[in-house]
Order: sequence, then structure tokens, then C-alpha cells
Amino acid sequence: ILDPQTADHLHFTRKASARTKYNHIYSKPPIEKVSERKRFMQYSALPGSAGGVSGMAKDVTYICPFIGPVRGSLTVTNYRLFFRCTDREPVFGLDLPLGALSRVEKIGAATSRGDVSYGLVCKDMRNLRFVHKEPEDSLKKSVFEVLIKFAFPVSNNMSLFAFEYKQVFPENGWKVYDPLAEYKRQGLPNESWRISKVNDHYELCDSYPAALFVPVTITDEELRRVFSFRAKGRIPVLSWIHPESQAAVVRASQPMVGQNGRRCKEDEKLLQAIMDANAQSHKLFIFDARPSVNAAANKMKGGGYESEDAYQNAELVFLDIHNIHVMRESLRKLKEVVYPNIEESHWLSNLESTHWLEHIKLILAGALRIADKVESGKTSVVVHCSDGWDRTPQLTSLALIMLDSHYRTIRGFQILLEKEWLSFGHRFQQRVGHGDRNHTDADRSPIFLQFIDCVWQMTRQFPAAFEFNEYFLITILDHLYSCLFGTFLCNSEQQRLKEEVPKRTVSLWSFVNSQLEEFVNPLYVHYPSHVLFPTVGIRHLQLWVTYYIRWNPRMRPQEPVHQRYKELLAKRAELQKRVEELQREAANRTASSSSERAGSPTRSITPVQTFV
Amino acid sequence: MLSLGSGGAKSTKPSFVSYVTPEEIKSEKDPPKKEKLPDLLPGEVEFCSANPILKYTQDDLSQRGVFGTLFCTNFRVTFISDETPQEKKAKTFKNKLYGENDIPLVCVDHIYGVYDEKRKLITGGLVKNKYPSKMIIHCKDLRVFQFCLRFTKEEDAKKIFQGIAHHCLEEKSLKCVFAFSYMGTPSPGTDLSFCREMQRKQETIMFDSPEDWTQEMKRTKANCRLVIENKNFELSQRLPKYFVIPLAIGDLFSYQGKGLPIWCWSHYSGCALFKASFPPVTQEDGDFQKHLETMINAVAHNYLYSVKTEDLSESLPNIQDIQQSYNKFKQFFLIENSTDFWLSDVKWFSSLESSGWLDIIRQCLQKAVEVVECLEKDNTNVLITEEEGTDLCYVISSLAQIMLDPYYRTLMGFQSLVQKEWVAGCHAFLDRCNHLHQKDKECHSPVFLLFLECVWQLVQQHSPAFQFSETYLTVLSDSVHVPIFSTFLFNSAHHRESVMKAESPLAQSGPLSCPTVWDWSVQFDSKAQNFFYNPLYSEKVKHEKAVRKPHKPKHQRQLSLPSTAFKTPLKKGFFKDETDSLKKMLRVKRLSRWMGSPDSPAATTREFYESWQHRPVDYHGLLLPCLDGPAVRVWMQRYLRWIPEMYILGGGSVAMTTKLMELLSQVQDLKRVLEQRDTSQAAKIDHHPYLQHRLLSFGSSGRLSSSFPFAYTRNRSFKPIIPTGLMQSLMVTDSLASQEDEASSVASFV
Repeated sequence: ILDPQTADHLHFTRKASARTKYNHIYSKPPIEKVSERKRFMQYSALPGSAGGVSGMAKDVTYICPFIGPVRGSLTVTNYRLFFRCTDREPVFGLDLPLGALSRVEKIGAATSRGDVSYGLVCKDMRNLRFVHKEPEDSLKKSVFEVLIKFAFPVSNNMSLFAFEYKQVFPENGWKVYDPLAEYKRQGLPNESWRISKVNDHYELCDSYPAALFVPVTITDEELRRVFSFRAKGRIPVLSWIHPESQAAVVRASQPMVGQNGRRCKEDEKLLQAIMDANAQSHKLFIFDARPSVNAAANKMKGGGYESEDAYQNAELVFLDIHNIHVMRESLRKLKEVVYPNIEESHWLSNLESTHWLEHIKLILAGALRIADKVESGKTSVVVHCSDGWDRTPQLTSLALIMLDSHYRTIRGFQILLEKEWLSFGHRFQQRVGHGDRNHTDADRSPIFLQFIDCVWQMTRQFPAAFEFNEYFLITILDHLYSCLFGTFLCNSEQQRLKEEVPKRTVSLWSFVNSQLEEFVNPLYVHYPSHVLFPTVGIRHLQLWVTYYIRWNPRMRPQEPVHQRYKELLAKRAELQKRVEELQREAANRTASSSSERAGSPTRSITPVQTFV
Repeated sequence: MLSLGSGGAKSTKPSFVSYVTPEEIKSEKDPPKKEKLPDLLPGEVEFCSANPILKYTQDDLSQRGVFGTLFCTNFRVTFISDETPQEKKAKTFKNKLYGENDIPLVCVDHIYGVYDEKRKLITGGLVKNKYPSKMIIHCKDLRVFQFCLRFTKEEDAKKIFQGIAHHCLEEKSLKCVFAFSYMGTPSPGTDLSFCREMQRKQETIMFDSPEDWTQEMKRTKANCRLVIENKNFELSQRLPKYFVIPLAIGDLFSYQGKGLPIWCWSHYSGCALFKASFPPVTQEDGDFQKHLETMINAVAHNYLYSVKTEDLSESLPNIQDIQQSYNKFKQFFLIENSTDFWLSDVKWFSSLESSGWLDIIRQCLQKAVEVVECLEKDNTNVLITEEEGTDLCYVISSLAQIMLDPYYRTLMGFQSLVQKEWVAGCHAFLDRCNHLHQKDKECHSPVFLLFLECVWQLVQQHSPAFQFSETYLTVLSDSVHVPIFSTFLFNSAHHRESVMKAESPLAQSGPLSCPTVWDWSVQFDSKAQNFFYNPLYSEKVKHEKAVRKPHKPKHQRQLSLPSTAFKTPLKKGFFKDETDSLKKMLRVKRLSRWMGSPDSPAATTREFYESWQHRPVDYHGLLLPCLDGPAVRVWMQRYLRWIPEMYILGGGSVAMTTKLMELLSQVQDLKRVLEQRDTSQAAKIDHHPYLQHRLLSFGSSGRLSSSFPFAYTRNRSFKPIIPTGLMQSLMVTDSLASQEDEASSVASFV
């Protein structure tokens, strides 16, 4: 439907906006070419922005916390908010997907001049403030009313923009993850582990994937009984298996032990079978992500943890990671500390008071203990929290990144997210609140952001171990909120299938894999079977400035290492080309006058070819 | 030189075994049961020893250790293990003077004794009583050693403890510093003229001759006067031998040179940076005040009659504040065991803040940016003052020069800068570093370290602008505590000269010279020196001859008036009026504030930084640091390198550096191939040492730890370090913690 020329132009806009986001939407540095800047500054609709502009107002003032008020025009579409400053040089633009909005509100009453102030609270660590003259005709809708309508489509019975977005990419990202292929890569099924079709139609557990790997010694009938014993039916199933020791990482939810200490024979048998599947160890570690106090408190609600009586040979370890509410509050505090301005004199103690890095430390420390048990102890582990969809995927996916170098590649990381987070039902819809105006919803929590932060910490500690760069992680987070792609919609695999998300939306991986070079870490070295053990001391953890403080223009990111490395790569390529040219020339010369001296210079060049 | 080569093996006296390579030792004396002797440096004498002593190994979580002999010599405390060393690891980065189990005496910071489980700081008084069961040594380079004395004979233990305590903690005279014994034993085969020859060949400008200064003035196009009248320190013993002053100063000899504005550097516009020692102006001393006014006028005369003065003793913390802050700060890194480590990890950020060290760094950088702004933006002369004029003045002036002049960001340039400002400029290294353990605490202060810290901040923010690496800075900061180099041993040029003359055994051959720290071959072989170079450095394109920015044509200079301060049309008699108003100002406000700038300095420098930031980065132009909270960081390499809990096995910046070096050498190889081929192209490619020696010899970077090249993990087991006591760390006390998991019954569990 799209003619290629438009598509090309739109492609540019998308890229430009992505890049701006990275460099802080801010006055463009003069390095940027004018022609490019002009093109960027012209608003152009994405394919699917029905009719393009939905609301538009001139004479809006944006109160920028860094450079003060700027006047310009504000455009609102069903996908984004676009502010363009008219009275400033260099040109200043603001381009925000509406999905990133968490709250839009009028601040105070109109002033005597009829000015109304609007505050926009965003999920991506910034707040925006606009001042606008209220239209005199009360029937005419202000641009901000349009904004509220499109910012929260779910609350207004409209569909999310991802269902309208029709961009075509060369690759289909929905094909990135094929569960059977991924398990096959791990060598499954094998003599100890089989695939079970018991949840094929999501009847037993609607938040689990269809394909489940369980020990061969457990029948489907036994599994059915385990479903009723584990919270929300999230039974212990295999996540990953060590290629050599056969030690397995198994994930689950809490057992429904309750105050009376209920037991389930089949569950006990299942854990025993998991242990037996690994001949190297006669022990099983159960990692309960929660603080022991909370785990015990859960018994009141019928939950709890595995007792040592019932599960002999199993050792239970609590990892002391707090719940979603604590994490939400911590991020809220962090935002207060970093946005808009940083209080210099108390920066460090303010940062400490948010506890954000302490939480990161606990999560990394938990994952490290899991990875250590599997790698050094050759022991299988079971990981769970309460429901097994927040702290559990944080821990398992981080441990998997430490253990398996495949998950440190760009595609491997996509598979990891698709598997541990999406197919195993991390409740993205609830935790992010896509298109929902209820910003106080207690189910919202930055669990996934926290995981990405942990990954970033690891990329800092191992700069050559990851195929992707920081921009890749930031892009994932930006599109976690943007609602441009279908990837992070809904709460589970079952819901996504019901909503036909893969059919009706574009995957984020379509976009990413169509321009991989932007996301590649040039320093990457592939070490197969290289386990990473990060250091979790807070002295080595850093606040992710280029994400959390990226809106502050003074914190402009600098990646000299990568830049320099790319420069050198280019230089090497160039020199290589010249050497080859000379070689060819010399070869021609010797060919034409073959009688000339034997010690031809061609020979001295040969070692160069080893560098290719 | 000085017998550090294999030539030392020719030594005839067996007790003065000079340094030889480890392989040679192995073959020389092997019987492992016999007590091993340390390889003494020329001039090194053993004082006492004790065996067996248990040295606790640090990179082991359990408190295990190694038995061996502890020695105390006139240079160091050293521990020699009884165990025969396993396969000799080819250490790429090895200090020739001292190894991982050696502590130069002046490097000892504090000694603690453990008496009946109680840890006490050892001071003079405690030494005489009983000896402790365990001795803990904190070093100035942040290493921590723990020795158990319980297994050795009582008298030996007592002797070694008292010996170490005496030689490390008691006040001593300069002559006892090892440098004087070290150089007093010229080893066979090395003659001194050769040494001096070597020194001349170095590219570091020493600023100990009028030529060096003339050259520097020429390089920066300074229009000032070189003073040679102090050649024999007739003018002042506190002033450098040679220095440069504004042209307009006529009278040199009043007030022993106090208040003389000394030139540091000239901006291409013509304005310049000066420093001076100004005692606090007292009301009574009218004459001296007049003298100062004349001096300020002379500075103003240098360029366009504009000057800004800044009294650093008023706007920056004084040297005692700096000392106190650093004392608190370094405690966080002197870690004795794993439990302490994880306990202190919890309150890491707030402890860091309470030490105030990072804030002092920020203040210094901020002040330097202010100076840079005056020179670069306003084209105003700047005069920074301080009571002594040799501490913070040097921090600020050196930092400003690094920000403004790319030459000082090269390795040789940086060394010349330290030489020019600090060494020739008479920074009181001996007092500030407290090499002699003087009781008078007033004058100790890590001012030079503070400067290196500030430079490190610049290096980490703008790595491609610097030719030297952070490893270089770390090594330089360590070298301050190696008592061999003339660089850090004296309080002034006069002090250096008089001591060296007096100490020279051969009076007729002129003053003896001990090596300067810049003679890196004394400490490291050329392979190890490769680590001093930053692979990220983006070199200036070669064909550009000028090191500095293109100069404005002379006639334009007259047109560009300074934008603030003394902005007056050039008319006859203008200067007189200005001096009058200047005098008035001086009387009212003394010499403190920036004159004529109404805004707070922080706000204006912020603006200055932002406008600079909006321009494309030019690594060979002006360089400014970001000073916001998250941008000022802890110098991880220096402070965390000895803490095993902090090692990232297979990670850290080493992983990155290795890859870069690899690629760089490939590019260089290709270039060389082309060079050989391309006869028409005569352009020379300057070869860096690190390009000639391939650095790739340290094998697969995959298994190096982040502490490389400093500490090595002996522990090959590759175990992760799992924190202990996690729960107590997190003080989540609000109701949120129990919300999801049902609040009703929590109380009973708490």
C-alpha cells in the first residue's frame, strides 16, 4: 500500500526520533547537518497515524527545566506528541510517544490571561510542563484534551497504537523465538527431560507457555496435581540446562503450603525427579527470592515455602529481594533525585536514600548465587518468589546471562526476553499500564526496567562480553512504553494469542534486526562457554546516568571508546584496501615483467592477510 | 642505570646483591629449606628479620596465610615466603624496585597491633611495651598487610615489631631516607656521566635552566621577563631558581620576592596566568599593601590592562581540610577482611559523601574552570594567590593549563608541567608527603595527590584527549612514596640543591643526582611502560605543525577587548584611573572576590560549560570537565585495585583496553607495510613504544581481572564473590515491604 518513497521518508523520521531520544531531546548540537535537522523538524506521520495530526496548537509554551520557557507549536497524533519551538536557535524539538505518559493533569486554575498549565508525568523518568491559552470557545477542544484521549486509549475504549502501526520491515521479529528450537539448542529433549503438552491450550495455567519441559519420570497426570499445589498453577518447569553437568535452572511459583503445612506428594516427587535428572549432585537448591519474613507471612494467604521435612535433600535459600511496591517507591524516589536537577552537595546520600542500587545489588547477588550453584556446584536449582512472574524472571534471566554466552548476543538476548519474560507471563500490561489512565494502580512496578539495569551493570563490568551496546538496552526500554510495537503488550502468551498480537502488530525485533549495526558493540568478543561472575558490591555499581539522567543536557553521553574503536576499524579497512591495491599492482607488474628480481615485495606483505 | 641491569650481578660484595631477574636468582641459590634472603638493592642494608611469620593472604575469604620471613631494611619491609614459588608467572607489569610483598618504609601509613583481639594504633609509646600477636600495616598506596607474629620466637617477634615500628613511625632526618644510601652506592659498571647523558636525552623539560624557560615562553608566545637573579638563591630561598615575571616589574628585591607575580602560562590572545604568594594583608602594613598593588598593576600591564585576582586560601579548603578529608576517604579502601567490606558496602555512598573528598575535587576543578573562563572567554589576565603560593595555586594553575593547552595532555607535556609548576616551582613535597614522619601534623597534606585526582577526572571524562592512561596516573601517585626519586624528596629548589651538594661524596665532580621519577626505566621495563599510554588517545593529524590553535593575527588582538572587568576605551591616561579604582577596591575588599562579576561563579561557569558542550568536541582544543554530581567519580583503579572482593575476573576496563591495543597495533602494522611500499610518501609516522612492542603477550584477556595490571588473583578457582549479611543492608521499614505478601501477621515474624 505504501509507495516506497514515503516509506523511505517515514523510515527516516523513525530513525531520527530514535536517535534524538538517545541524545536527549534537546537543542540539537550544531554538528548535525542542517538539511537533516530540517527534515527532522518537519512533522511526518507514521504509517498508521490515521489522518496524521489529531490536535494541533500554536503558541504553546514548554517550560523546560534546563533552559527555561520555550514557545512553539504542539502537535498531537494518536501516537505521539510533537513540540516544535519556533523562537529559538538552534531549533529545539520534543518528540514523545504518548505511551510513555503516565499522567496528564491541569495544574491550578487558569490565570487572568487565560493561561492554563499542564503537567505531563512520563514513565521514562521525566516530567514535562506546558502552558497554553485556553480556547475561548468552550466547545472547541484544547489540544490537551485530545492528548488525554489518545494517551490513554485503553481507558477510552480505543485500541493501542501498535494495532494501527503498519510499517513493513525486512525481517519478521515474531519469528525470533521458537521454543522448540531454543530447547533443542540446549540439547532437549534428552533422556531425562521431556516436553509436556499438558498445558497446550493453557487450560492448566493461563500465564505459562504451551511448551513445558519436565523430567521424564513425571507423568502428565502427576503434573496436573502439581498445578493445583503451586500458586496460579505455575509448576516447576525447566528454564535452562547446563550443557556439561546437566544441572538445571527450574522456575516455579510458591507452593501452597498454608498455615497447616499442606503437602503434595507429586510436587515432592517432581522436585526429587529434577534433582535426579542431574547425576552430578545429590542436592537441590531452592532459591526463594523473597525475604524470609515475607515468605513466612505468605502462609497466612495459603502460600509459603518448601519445608525441609517434605523436601529432603533440598536446601532452601532466601534471597531477600523486596516486592513490586518497594521497587516502585524506590524508582519514584530516584526520579525525584535525578529530575530535573541534581542537588550537587547531597548527590551521593540522596542516591543512597533511594535504595535503587541496593535493590540492584540484591538482585544481582541472587542471580550470582544461582549461577554459582549451577556452574561451580553442578547442582540443579529451583527459583521462585510468590507468583513467579516478577522476581523469578529477573533472577533466572540474569543467571542465564551469566551462564550462557548465547544470551549475550543480540538475538540470544531477544530469545531470552521472549522466553523468560514474555512466554512465562511477566505481566507487562499490568506492570507498565499500557494506555491506562489509572496512574496510581498498585500493580505497576519497574520490574523489567530493573532487570535491564542489571544487564547494563553487567555490560559495564564486562565491556567485551556482550554483542549489544547500551543503545540496544535503551531502545528496548523506550519501546517498552511507546506502544509502537506489539512485543510488550498483554500479560501472557495466551492473551497475546487471543488478541492476535503477532498477526496484528509489528514486533520490536523486526525493527531492531532490520538495522542491527546500530545496536552492535564493536568491542564484542565471542567467548563460547565463558561464564561471567559480576561483582555485586555497591562500589562497582553505577547509576545508569545515560538512561536515568539522559534528559539533562549536561549529562550528554560520551562513548569515546566505541567511537574510537569504530574509527580504528574503519582505518584498518581502509589501509587493508590500500595494501591489497598495492599488492595487486605489484602482482601485475611482476606478471608483465616476470624477468625482474625474485625477492618481489609481494612476499613482504603476506603476513597482513592474517589480520583479515 | 644504577646497576639495575644485569651488570649488577658483577658485584663482589655478597651482601649487596643487586637486582637481578628472578630467573637468575632461582639458579643462583636454590636450597628451599634455607632461609631466603631478600634481593637487596644497591645500598640497601638489612636491619632485622624474623621467622616464621604468617602473612594472611588477602584474596582468600578464609583467613589463611603463608609462612615466611619478615625483613626490615633501610628501604622497605619485606616478606619472603617459605614456599617455593610455583611456576613463575610472567608478570607484564612489574616494579623493579619493590614487589608485591615489599613495603617501602615511607609508604607505611599506619601500623596497628592486635593485642588480645583488640586492635590498637601503634604510636611511639606502645612500641616499648609488649608486642602484638598480629601486626596490620596500612600503606599509603592503599595496600593492607597482616602479619601474625605468634609463631616466631618471642625475642625475634619483639625485635622485628620494634624495628619496623621504629623505622616506619619515628621521626627521622632526610639523610636516613633511602635515596641517599641508594645513590651513595654507585654500582660497578655504571658511571654517572652516562646517567646525566640519559637525563638530557629525555624529552621531559626539567625547567632547571634558563633555556627551558625561554623555550616555554617562546612556545606560548609569552611577553614576559625571565629572572635569572635568583640563580644562587640570593633573592629568596623559597623562590625557584629561574622564573618569569611580567615585564612591568622593576623592583625585584623588596620583601624577599614575596608577592611577586610568577608567570605560569600565556593564552594565545596574549593574556596570561600568574600566581603569587600573598600573606593576608594587614591594616598596619601599608607599605606592603602598596607593594602588592604595584604587583597587580604589573600583571594588568601584561595584556590590555585587565586583571582578575583570586585568593585561593579564601575560596578553597586549606591544606588541613584536604588532609582531614583524605584521611576519612582512604579508610573506605583500607579493608582488612570480607566482613568489613560488605558492612561498609551498605553505607558506601553516604560515607563517601561525608568524607567530602569528591567535593574538594569538584571545587578545585570548578575553580580551574573559572580561571580558564577568564583566560579563554574574557581574555583577562589572571592572578591566583595563596599565602605560601605553592599548594592550591599549583593545583589550579596546572589544571587550567591542562584544560587549555593540549601539549600538557601528552605524556611528556604532562611531566614537563609537573616539573614546571610543582618541582621547579618549589612545592614542599617533603613536608606535604611527610616522608620523615614529622610530628608536626600541620604541614602534611596530599595536595599533589589531589591534583592527580582532578586530572583523573578529566581523563575519565575525556579519555581521547590524553596520551597517558589512568595506569600512568596511578603509578605516579604510588611513586611519590618510593623514596628514591629526587622529584618528591625536597621542599624547594634551594633545598634540593643544597642537600644534593652536601651529600655528594665527590665534591669535585659536582652535585650528585639521584634519578627523577620521570626516569621510568628505574621502576619499569619498557614493556611495562607501555601501560602508560592511552590507546584511546586521538593523535593530532601529523602534517599540522603547530601544536596549538592557530594564532590570531596580531592586529586583531588589539581589537578584541575583554568583555568584562576593565572594559575601557584605549585612551591616554586610562590606566591611571583604573589603578585608582583598583586601589580603592583593594582597600575595601582586600584581595578576595572576583572583581566585576556580579553573578555567582558557579552559575557563570555552568553557562560557560554548556556553551562549550554545544560545540563539537575538539580533543586538541579547550577541554572542560562536567562537574555535576554523577560525573565526579571515585578513581576506581587506584582505590579498589587491592580489594579482592572488587575483582571482576575477565572484565573491567582491561578487557576494553586490550582490544583497542590489539586493533591499534594492527593498524600500525598495516601503516608500516604501506610505508615500506610507498616510497613517494616521505611522511614519518611517529611510533609509540606501545606500538613497537606488541602488548598482546598477556594472553587471552578473557581471564584477566579488573585489577590488572596491579594485583593478580592467585586464586585460580574462579569463584564468584558472594556478599554476606545482605538483609541487614536494606532498611526498608515502611509498610510497602509487606504489602503484597499480606501485612497482618508480619509483626510476629519481625
